[in-house]
Amino acid sequence: MPGLTPEEWEAIRLSLRVSLSGVAASLPLGVAVAMLLARARFPGKSVFDAVVHLPLVLPPVVVGYFLLLVLGRKGPIGGWLESAFGVVVAFRWTGAAIAAAVMGFPLMVRAMRLSIEAIDTRIESAAATLGANPAWVFATVTLPLMLPGIVTGALLSFARSLGEFGATITFVSNIPGETRTLPIAIYTYTQVPGGDLQALRLSFIAVVLSLGALLASELLVRRATARAAGRDA
Amino acid sequence: MLEVDVRHRQGGFRLEASFASDVAVTALFGRSGAGKTTLVNVIAGLVRPDEGRVLVNGRVLVDTARRVWVPAQRRRVGYVFQEGRLFPHLTVRQNLLYGRFFTAAEDRYAVLDQVISLLDIAPLLERRPAALSGGEKQRVAIGRALLASPRILLLDEPLASLDAGRKSEILFYVERLRDELRIPMVYVTHEIEEIVRLAERMVLMSDGRSVACGPVPEIMARLDLRPMTGRFEGGAVLDTVVAAHDLDYGITTLAFPGGELECTGVDALPGERVRVRIRARDVSIALERPAGISVRNVLAGRIAEIGAPRGPEVDVRIEVGQVSLLARLTRRSAEELGLAPGRPAYALVKSVALDHRSVGYA
Repeated sequence: MPGLTPEEWEAIRLSLRVSLSGVAASLPLGVAVAMLLARARFPGKSVFDAVVHLPLVLPPVVVGYFLLLVLGRKGPIGGWLESAFGVVVAFRWTGAAIAAAVMGFPLMVRAMRLSIEAIDTRIESAAATLGANPAWVFATVTLPLMLPGIVTGALLSFARSLGEFGATITFVSNIPGETRTLPIAIYTYTQVPGGDLQALRLSFIAVVLSLGALLASELLVRRATARAAGRDA
Repeated sequence: MLEVDVRHRQGGFRLEASFASDVAVTALFGRSGAGKTTLVNVIAGLVRPDEGRVLVNGRVLVDTARRVWVPAQRRRVGYVFQEGRLFPHLTVRQNLLYGRFFTAAEDRYAVLDQVISLLDIAPLLERRPAALSGGEKQRVAIGRALLASPRILLLDEPLASLDAGRKSEILFYVERLRDELRIPMVYVTHEIEEIVRLAERMVLMSDGRSVACGPVPEIMARLDLRPMTGRFEGGAVLDTVVAAHDLDYGITTLAFPGGELECTGVDALPGERVRVRIRARDVSIALERPAGISVRNVLAGRIAEIGAPRGPEVDVRIEVGQVSLLARLTRRSAEELGLAPGRPAYALVKSVALDHRSVGYA
């Protein structure tokens, strides 16, 4: 798009990178947690379920503040990460990705869990009688059959990440080129005199990106569902 | 060789089964809810019994006393489920090859091309299960189980979800397996017709218990088991040999130890072994040899046993030569004729009552 300033491009690129990284990093954990919630029975399961869903109902600022407390350079995990590996996430784009992933996590898990619960477990026991051990059953039957849920979950989380504001700004602040994602850039432009046009342009781009994500998810889910059900897409 | 001796409780249901069999096809027979599927799940390793043991070809799969438990994936037990349970996301070819992948190379005896031609599934290979008919699905399910090169094949009512035409189609393929692959099979059913066609031995299940086990003709001839071996379709089962065909009339003569039977619709060559089921309600009894009668099978024998009457009916066992026939009469007839064990009598069977549905090919 002509007329976009380098700073605006930076915000768009950063937003995409933060959201994609957050989704990619949380995907395996999402599958694991969804499997636990859908299949396992253990004491404290309802508490665990509530904790997973907490980011959905908590004010995002609170989530960001907790992340800062835990993952900040003086936090228990953040401090350890820095001393052991020299990794710092606070006030870095990686921290923004973590904040986005945490906020999108309940949506991701929910979609996956629903698709796991829809799987006929008798098909899995058929695989066992054919010689597949539990790990193989998961890889060759469960995972392909829950693919529609994985796609939906990933895209929901991605869309949620694109719009993430509160947790991000609390945890990693508003650093141009590092943590100033699209929503934070828009907010920043609305705060400076004469930034209205830029805010409007970026808002338009946000609409396009979100719409694109929704359309892509629609298409992918349709194909994944067809594949899992054995129809040709 | 299959040895089962297990006890298991599941909710309010109790399973108590004990039998051994070393024949090609062992049938598990009983009404729905008799515990047949639970028993098969125990053999396959999908249900862990509270107590007991299961051996296949001398290999211990479960022995609770010795704390042996082989998980399903290491049992090499082929299982054909009632509803097929094909993998919906894989093509027919991928479904077929699934179990083969997990079978060690030295254990593989099933050959893909052979199984494909045996079950006539070559045209289906690139399709997905959703695009298959019920009969096609079951054929693929059988092929998938076979290609894992199992040591024993369990078929749990594989015809239950099919219509009549598809049923005889699959029965034909199961017969082919039995005759060409020589793999021991456990065949679960509640249809006498299928047992007569396929099985050598049967295990009779009722309310979770294995009530009797033995050769099919022997079990079917026992009057004390009649309430469980089929009220309507039940009757004696005879192993016979085709003696002659009358092509003009379409009548086949079957020889059994001590007599002959004429029947219709038999599709076998002279000298071939044929098993025939004679429904008790198709057999009449006469005290003297009747004359001027259309019934073609008039078999001289002796009343051997009279069963306990049930309502207006009573079952009577007649020995003809070395075999037994069962006749279902009204209690009134039995009394008026003065039937009693030891009395000579004639068993009358219409030839048209013995059609292709009563016949199995051994």
